[in-house]
Order: sequence, then structure tokens, then C-alpha cells
Amino acid sequence: MTAGYGQFTALWDVSLRVDSGEAVAVVGPNGAGKTTLLRVISGLIAPRAGALTFDGATLTGLPAHQVVAHGIAHVPEGRRLFPMLTVADNLKMGAFLPGARARFTESLERVYTLFPVLAERRAQRAGSMSGGEQQMLAIGRALMSRPKIILLDEPSMGLAPVMVFRLFDLIRRVREEGYTILVVEQNVRQVLKLVDRAYLLEVGRIRMEGRAAELSEQDFVRKAYMGV
Amino acid sequence: MTPGRIAAAVVLAVLLLQPLIPLGPYRQYVLHVTLQIFIWSFIGGAWSLMGRFGLVSLGHGAFLGIGAYATVLLWNFYGVTPWLGAVVGMVAASLAAVVVGLPCFRFRVVGHYFGLVTLAVGEVVRLLIIAERDWTDGSLGLTLRSAGGDSLWAIQFGNKQVFYYGSLVVFLIGLWIWHRVDHSMTRSALEAIGEDETAAASVGIRVTRFKLGITVLSAALTALGGSLYAQAIAYVNPETLSGIGVSLKIVFAVVLGGMYSLLGPLVGTALTTALAEGLRILFGLKLLGMADTIYGLLLIVFIIFLPEGIYGSIRAALQRRAARAAPGASVSAKVPA
Amino acid sequence: MSIDPIFLVEAAVNGVLLGGVIALLALGLNLIFGVLDIVWIAYVDLVMLCMYAIYFLVTVHGWPIWGAAIVSLAVGAVLGVGVHLLIISPILTSPPINQLLATGGLLFFVQSAATLFWSTDHRSVRLSLPSWEIGGIFIPATRLIPFAISILAVIALYLFLTRTYIGTAIRAVSQDREAMSLMGASPQRIYVVTSAVGGLMAGLAGALLIFQYAVHPFFGGQFGPLTFMVCVLGGLGNMVGAFVASFIMSEVIAVGGVVMSTEMGYVIAFVIFIVMMFVRPGGILAKRQ
Repeated sequence: MTAGYGQFTALWDVSLRVDSGEAVAVVGPNGAGKTTLLRVISGLIAPRAGALTFDGATLTGLPAHQVVAHGIAHVPEGRRLFPMLTVADNLKMGAFLPGARARFTESLERVYTLFPVLAERRAQRAGSMSGGEQQMLAIGRALMSRPKIILLDEPSMGLAPVMVFRLFDLIRRVREEGYTILVVEQNVRQVLKLVDRAYLLEVGRIRMEGRAAELSEQDFVRKAYMGV
Repeated sequence: MTPGRIAAAVVLAVLLLQPLIPLGPYRQYVLHVTLQIFIWSFIGGAWSLMGRFGLVSLGHGAFLGIGAYATVLLWNFYGVTPWLGAVVGMVAASLAAVVVGLPCFRFRVVGHYFGLVTLAVGEVVRLLIIAERDWTDGSLGLTLRSAGGDSLWAIQFGNKQVFYYGSLVVFLIGLWIWHRVDHSMTRSALEAIGEDETAAASVGIRVTRFKLGITVLSAALTALGGSLYAQAIAYVNPETLSGIGVSLKIVFAVVLGGMYSLLGPLVGTALTTALAEGLRILFGLKLLGMADTIYGLLLIVFIIFLPEGIYGSIRAALQRRAARAAPGASVSAKVPA
Repeated sequence: MSIDPIFLVEAAVNGVLLGGVIALLALGLNLIFGVLDIVWIAYVDLVMLCMYAIYFLVTVHGWPIWGAAIVSLAVGAVLGVGVHLLIISPILTSPPINQLLATGGLLFFVQSAATLFWSTDHRSVRLSLPSWEIGGIFIPATRLIPFAISILAVIALYLFLTRTYIGTAIRAVSQDREAMSLMGASPQRIYVVTSAVGGLMAGLAGALLIFQYAVHPFFGGQFGPLTFMVCVLGGLGNMVGAFVASFIMSEVIAVGGVVMSTEMGYVIAFVIFIVMMFVRPGGILAKRQ
């Protein structure tokens, strides 16, 4: 894909693939274009060139609400919860799609089991929750649409280190439920422990890709991104 | 002498000599219509000083009414010469602009909010005029007290020719002011503000000061236009000179012609006046409201399809053509903020 | 100036009764603004059209009142959707000035077309309904019933927005449009529904107003500016604020109208509004940024 904002091109000829059941990470420094990448996939930005295929269907250029209908759920950067709606209402909105609404109770059960703290605070306004809780709600909301793949944009952003551990644990559990995951992260060390494969995105281009274990062995990755 | 300059000179000559063309009984009528075109173009230009920078006022009727009624009331009741009365009107309108503008700009009231606030102000003035009917005769309107013959002191003349030239001069002054603003730092500052207020403030641009400045200028000039109108027509009425109706008419004419160009307001006003007069001749008073209905429809259509107005769109198209022909040349297309 | 206190009380009561219907107008306008970020300058003129519909149905075609009222609701909803699809939709991404001018142009168009078709004559629908006297003040049923209905409508709107799925979706869109599209919700669909509901409320307001006030092409000039002031006073987009502000403004106008003159009542209300801009530009219950 090649994509950008206005006159500015953020991604140059970026290609990646995710197989069913995999967990894949995209890492790289600030401004590399990681968020742009996810926004292009979920349909919030239209690409200038390139194609997006998912589960046999071509989704290039479709608007976001149609992309979601094909099974791609996007947990955006900064969570983007509905601050004045309660936890329960946020989750309700996650199940907007007709297919999701039909299995609403079932999905809600699942989410409450995965994230018990959400069940406790179901009547609380989303805007008044802590960062970690909000992130859980954001992921739970995405799960409500019964997606095939979940895009996570910087889930650890703004969270205390203790929360980050817990969060990645939870993401691991979500993954174990069978969801395919594409996660964009700055916390390279943590995320490489979580995923199977990873891509390194720098200044809008893929610099490197490979199995997570291999990448974390690479010297320069360790020095530049893992603080070793 | 560039072709543009020659054309301008020719047009100016025509405008100056037009009143001398013998048209018999139609002479006064033509003068009446053309002088109004210049007055309303002047007012439209004053509005566009704000409009082009994103400060959309839907209440310029307030300043218009203040200017007009100040002049008429001061003359009718106190014999104050309209030369002074107009100045009073301009000062009063400027004060009103500050009273309304200061809180709005300091607290970042912009866009739709600002439009609604100005709408309120326009209506307040209209209702005040009607409410003070002991002075103003309310909705009946007020006629300028006769000075008993031609008088420069009272700015009253039997022959509309004088008002024609007066309006032309005022209009040209308005063009000059517009031109000066267009080539000033104020313009760059206001365009920066229009694009991103926070960013502009962060580089040291005194946002409130600039916005307030252009608003006061716009208000004062509009009031002047109101005073001029009152003298030329010798009759004022709250419905025609304040309130949302006239505010929208001003805006419409400017948008039709193109609010980002110097002559846009003139083109728009000329077109709307021609339309109104044409319809009046065609239908008499039978189809009351036909002209305005068409205005409204055209306004909607233009906003959707030709936001730069007729004149503005033509100019932009010509500039694009010139840019394509000479790729090295710089194009200064006015892009809506 | 001595005014029998009974008249002041009566004015105060009338203010409350009027406030109910103003609240309907203000909430309808706020609903649309909250979701679309666009102010329908011509909103009250749409109310005016609904009033004409009822007028003609009842006085010319002899329809029963409740039948005409239902038609008014339908007309309102249709107008709402129509305005959105024809005028708002094409300019959703245009700068605010264009949006204001488009709905302003609509106002112009509607008022002038009404003059063209129906002349400037004031038309009213006369109902002979009782007036009740309570403690010396006269409360006509033509004011009390619309008030009661408007309060019920406000409650219904509240329930719609909080208890129904689409209502919650509307609230969600007003909080974060992009996030809602990530939920699979087509923004266009939500806009259409919102416009329909806003139009429906305009239709209801029309039904409630036609029995109290005469309709004429410039009716929008009578109630429009007031509605806008109420909305801004309460904080544009703030439903609770608009509700409260409706009654404040109505009170000032009613009492001011009795103490001075009708126009001065309005002037004072507007001046209060402008003063409030200095004090609390975000609205009296400033919540929404």
C-alpha cells in the first residue's frame, strides 16, 4: 500500500500479510507510519495505491463501516471510547453490526468473563475509568463485533508498567481464544514476546520482517528499540 | 498599460459619464438603481472583510441599522448634520462590534456559534428600533426630515446624480480599503488564524486583537453604508435595514459574486439587483416573494456547487488555465480558509 | 409603574407554559447539531411549514385536529430527511461558513416561497377550548395542553436517546463520529435518522404552536432567533442546558413583556444572552467543548 495525508505520503509500498490464527506485530519508532497503516486497513484512510484483500474479499477503498462488516475490528490509538456512555453502552455499540447484535448476549458474556473488571463497572461512565480499564473496554468493545481479526493500535500507550504487563497478558488470552491479531506497538520488548511474527516499519517503509524470536535477536533491534 | 488597466479605465469612464446619457424619464430611475448597487456593494465588501477570513456574521443588519438610524434620528430630532451623524453611527457600530466581538473572540466562539451570536445582535437592534417607537415610529419607519431644498450640510439633494457620484466615491474608497487589507500583514495573520487558531497564537499572533480589528473595521464601514443609504433614500425602516433578512441579503450578494475577490461583492450585488428589478418589471407586485425565493434557491445551489461565487469561480478557472500554460508562473489562487 | 402582582404571576405561568414548546424546538435543533455539527438556521421555518400543513388540513379540508397533527409529524420528519439529503449531505465537509450560508439560504427560500404561495396573511386555527381559573390567574387550555404534551415529548426523547439502541448510537456519534464508524455504523444512516427525529420534533412543535399563534411566512423570525439564543445559552449541543435555558428565556420574555412591552421583553432576553456570552461562553451548564 501507499498512503498518506493530503500532500504527505506516510507509507511507501508497504506490504504485509497476516494468516489466520497468527499474532503479528508492527514495530518501529514514532512517526514511522504505524498508525497510518492500521487506519488504511480499517478503512479510515483510503490508500493511494495498492490493494487490501481479506478472507478472499477485496476491501480496498471501502469505508470503515463496511470493512468492519467483513470482520476487521480496529481498536484505535487512544482507545476512542465514547466517554459519556457507560461501559455497558460502549459494549452495546461494539455490537452494532446485525450479525453481532444477534449474538449479543453471548458476546457480552465472553467479554465479561475475559475482563471481569468490566462486569463490575458496567454502569460507570467510560470517561471516568483508569487507562488500563479503558484499554480493556476498548478491546472488549472490539470483541463485541465478533471479528475475525483484531487490529490493536499502541495498546500500551499511556499505561503504567504494571498495567502493561497485565495488558499483554490479557491480549495473550484473547489470542488464545482464537482471534487473529495485528498489533502496532512501541513497546518492542513486550510485544515480541507475544507475537509469532513481526515487521519493522521505519519512515514509511518495511525495513525488516521475520519471526519474533529472530527479530529480538537482531543486534540493532536490541540496541535501538529494546534499550539493551 | 496592461489590458487590465485599460479595461478598468474604460469602465471607470463609463461609470463617471453614465449619468450624462440622456434617458429622459428613466434617468432618475437608472440613477436610483445604480447608486444603490454601489452602496450595497460597498456594504457587501465591508461584510466580506470578515467573511473571507471565516468570521461569518449573520447580523450585519445591526451595524447597518445603527448607522442609518443614528444619522436620521440625530438630524430629525437635533438637527445634527449627517456628516457628524455618520461618524456617530460608525463609532456606535464599532462599540457594538467590540461588545459582541470581545467575548466571542477571547473565548474562541467561532463558526456556527459565532453566526448565531451575530444573528442575535442583528435581531436585538431590529427589535430595539421597533420597541422605541416613540422615537423611531417602530415598524412604520422614519422619513428623513426635509431640509427644504438642496443642502450639503444636510446631505439632501433633489437630483440623485449627486448621490450617484457620492456612492461611487464611497464604493471606490471601499475597494481601496479592501485592497489595502488584502496586501497587509493583517490578511496573512487572519488567514493563519482561520486555518489554525492555536498554531497562530503559538507563534505570537495576537488572535483576539486581529479578529476584533477586522470586525470593528467591517462594522464601521457597514454603518457608513447605512448612513449613506439613509441619506440617499431618505427613508429608513427596521425591516429593510436590520434583522436577519437584510443580513442574509448582504451575505447572499457577496457569496454569489465571490467573497474572496475584490469585485465579487459588486458583481453579486449587480446581479441580485438586476434580478430583483427585472422580476419587479416582469411581475409587478403580483408575485411578491418571487425574487427572494429565487435568491434563496440560488444561494443554496451556489454554496453547494460554486462556493467561490460566480466571479470568484471564473477568476479561479482563468488562473488555473494560466498556470497550466506557464507551469513556472506562480499562481495565487485564493483558497477558502 | 404599578402592576397588579396577579398579572406578574400570570405572566410567569405563561412563561413556563411557553417554555415547554420552546424546549422542544431547542432540543430538536441541539439533537441535530450534536450529531452533525451543523446548525439548521432554517429549523423554525420548517416548523412554520408544518403549521401551514395543519392550517390547511383543518380549516380548508376539515380534518380532525389529531389527524392533522399526525400529518404534521410526518411532514416534519420528511422535511428533516429531505433537508439533510439535499442540502446538508453535500456540504458536510465544507467549512462552517458554507454550512451556515446553505441553511441560511434555505431560510430565505422557505420564507419567500411561503410568501409567494400563501401571502403574508396571518392564519390561525381557532379552537374553542376552556380556560381555567386558578387563584385569579387564567390558564387557557390552548396553552396548558401543548405544555403538557411538550413535557411528555421531552421525556420520550430522553427515553429514546438513553434506552433504545439507535438512540444510544446517536449519542455515541455525537461523542466520537469516527469511532462509531469503526463499530460498523454507517454515519450517513445515523445522520438520516437524526434528521428525521429532529424533523419530527419540528412537526410536533408546529402542531403545538398552531393553536396558540397565527402562522405567517415570517413566523421563523418570531421564534427562530429565540430558539438559537436558547441553544447557545444552554451550550450548543447540551440537551439539559437547552431545556433549562428555554424556561429562563421564556420567563424573561413573558414577564418583561408584561412589565414593559413585548419587544422589550425580547430585547432584554437577548441582552441577557449577550451578557451570558461574556460570563459563560460555553453556555450556562458548559459541558461540551
